[in-house]
Amino acid sequence: MTEQELAFTQDELDEIERIKAKFPTNKAATLRVLWVAQEKYGHVKPEVQNLVADTLDLPRSHVHGVASFYTQYYKEETGTYVLDVCTCLSCQVCGGYDILHHLEDELGIKAGETTEDGMFTIQEVECLGACGYAPMLQVTNGVYANNLTKEKVDKLIENLRKGKKPEFESMVMRQNEKRKKELSQ
Amino acid sequence: MVEDWKSYEPLIIPDIPNLHRIEVYEEHDGYRAFRRILDNPEEWSRTNVTNEVKAANIRGRGGAGFNAGLKWSFMPQPDERPRYLACNGDESEPGTFKDRNIFEFNPHLFIEGALIAAYAMSVDVIYVYIRGEYIDWVRIFEKAVEEAYEKGYLGEDILGTGIDIEMYTTYGAGAYICGEETGMLESLEGKRGYPRIKPPFPAQKGLWGNPTTINNIETLANVPLVINNGADWYQSIGAEDHNGPVLYGISGHVNKPGVYEYPAGMPVEDLIYDVAGGIRGNKELKALIPGGTSTPVLRADQLEGVSMDSNSLRDAGSMMGTAGMVVLDEDTDMVDLLWRITHFFHHESCGQCTPCREGTGWLEKVLLKIKNGEGEIKDLDLLLDMTTQMEGRTICALADAAAWPVRHTINRFRDEFEERCKKSVHAVA
Repeated sequence: MTEQELAFTQDELDEIERIKAKFPTNKAATLRVLWVAQEKYGHVKPEVQNLVADTLDLPRSHVHGVASFYTQYYKEETGTYVLDVCTCLSCQVCGGYDILHHLEDELGIKAGETTEDGMFTIQEVECLGACGYAPMLQVTNGVYANNLTKEKVDKLIENLRKGKKPEFESMVMRQNEKRKKELSQ
Repeated sequence: MVEDWKSYEPLIIPDIPNLHRIEVYEEHDGYRAFRRILDNPEEWSRTNVTNEVKAANIRGRGGAGFNAGLKWSFMPQPDERPRYLACNGDESEPGTFKDRNIFEFNPHLFIEGALIAAYAMSVDVIYVYIRGEYIDWVRIFEKAVEEAYEKGYLGEDILGTGIDIEMYTTYGAGAYICGEETGMLESLEGKRGYPRIKPPFPAQKGLWGNPTTINNIETLANVPLVINNGADWYQSIGAEDHNGPVLYGISGHVNKPGVYEYPAGMPVEDLIYDVAGGIRGNKELKALIPGGTSTPVLRADQLEGVSMDSNSLRDAGSMMGTAGMVVLDEDTDMVDLLWRITHFFHHESCGQCTPCREGTGWLEKVLLKIKNGEGEIKDLDLLLDMTTQMEGRTICALADAAAWPVRHTINRFRDEFEERCKKSVHAVA
């Protein structure tokens, strides 16, 4: 897509206005509007960063600086699903690398690469705040898959190939018996 | 040390189904503390609220352990400038996964705490900054904020008192440094999360140059408890000088990992062996990282009689941090572990200060060499030397947080590191 063809729809522009209303400056909306753009295009390559800058009336260099600083923005095109495997601390000592290596073997790519069919990208990431449910991974900046085993990973891949994403999993505290019971009903 | 913890009933995340819904929260005395303040503005003047919270000594749950009420009292007298409360839900210290439980299971307790804080400091706008990876929890929390607006607890003319407080939720996009309080302010302003030089402190010049206080999510969730039950009651929970309930995040090699709520000052051994069900596979405990990656690791033999509160952990040679406890069994390779920790800090250094940007990279490189069996004994001393070159020489504490694990892990497990080093290649005449 050329730079001229990139544009936000009216709905997206309305959303951007709602985001801007939370802050006293346009600049403060940078992160959130980059998210809107990534949602739309699947990445924030330089031309998309420029669209964000122009929409917010900000220097393009500022938006580029922000986009390149934060790891969740994709600066290149990715696979349909990005699998962010945590290997940090608790995940490291609970088999995070086994999960990462298993995925690499199964998909025939290394962390940082995308499968030839464009379906999967694997990334090794830092702590995602699910340390008690290690090892774990996150699917395309969205849902968390917890307490992984190789079998669970295989199932996850199989489901994703069919377009079925895992559902949000509520990790109720073990002390909260009543809540757990209610959730299981 | 707390001994009667078995009868403890959670207060931050009590066992009440659907507590995240505002009507359920209200049924269980929710928003009572906030209403009480608004109904009795003389008894509960802004100063009195601050003093009560100060007297309770809620130690900041984000890692620094600073008295929350005392922090509030640093805000200058109101003038024409807008005033902000920035709530830190970045939660990215490895080993920490507690605040997401508050967003999911008891968001209104936090909202009520933030409202009380906003009232006490005459704050106009509350920002809640949540890490971008927690997008599912952002959506859950946004619903709770919506409910609070609908019920008139937020917005203009709150419950007919003429007080206006807005609450805006926003989220990051992946950067550990945005958990540093001024890094978070920069990120809220839509910039790279570069920590700011202090002074000026955020209370003087915070968001867009205006008076701002930053509190952790769990810290603010403690506030309604203090107003409802009083500072003396709060002081009666937990250890001396470290009070109240704590969300302990226990991970690593235990049978029952997860978040548990118990008083501050819990015996470490009870938490590991009783609460978390002991070490997986009946293995021996080797070490504990008590409060997230940055807190110095303790060997099993250093844990006897230690409890989870700042004094006890300081005496043992570590810190409370976020109470994100990582339990390590006898098979843990401390060299691999430390290399991965340095990899983390190298990746997350924002790059502003040379000692941190370069230092974290060199820590990782030298440790990788040792991990791969290519290191020499002198590299260990080089690493220790580097930690002193990094510590205290940067804008924020990330360099310190990277240096401490290196220093303490090498010093406390020196044999393991020496064993991994190759023999000297120099012939001795």
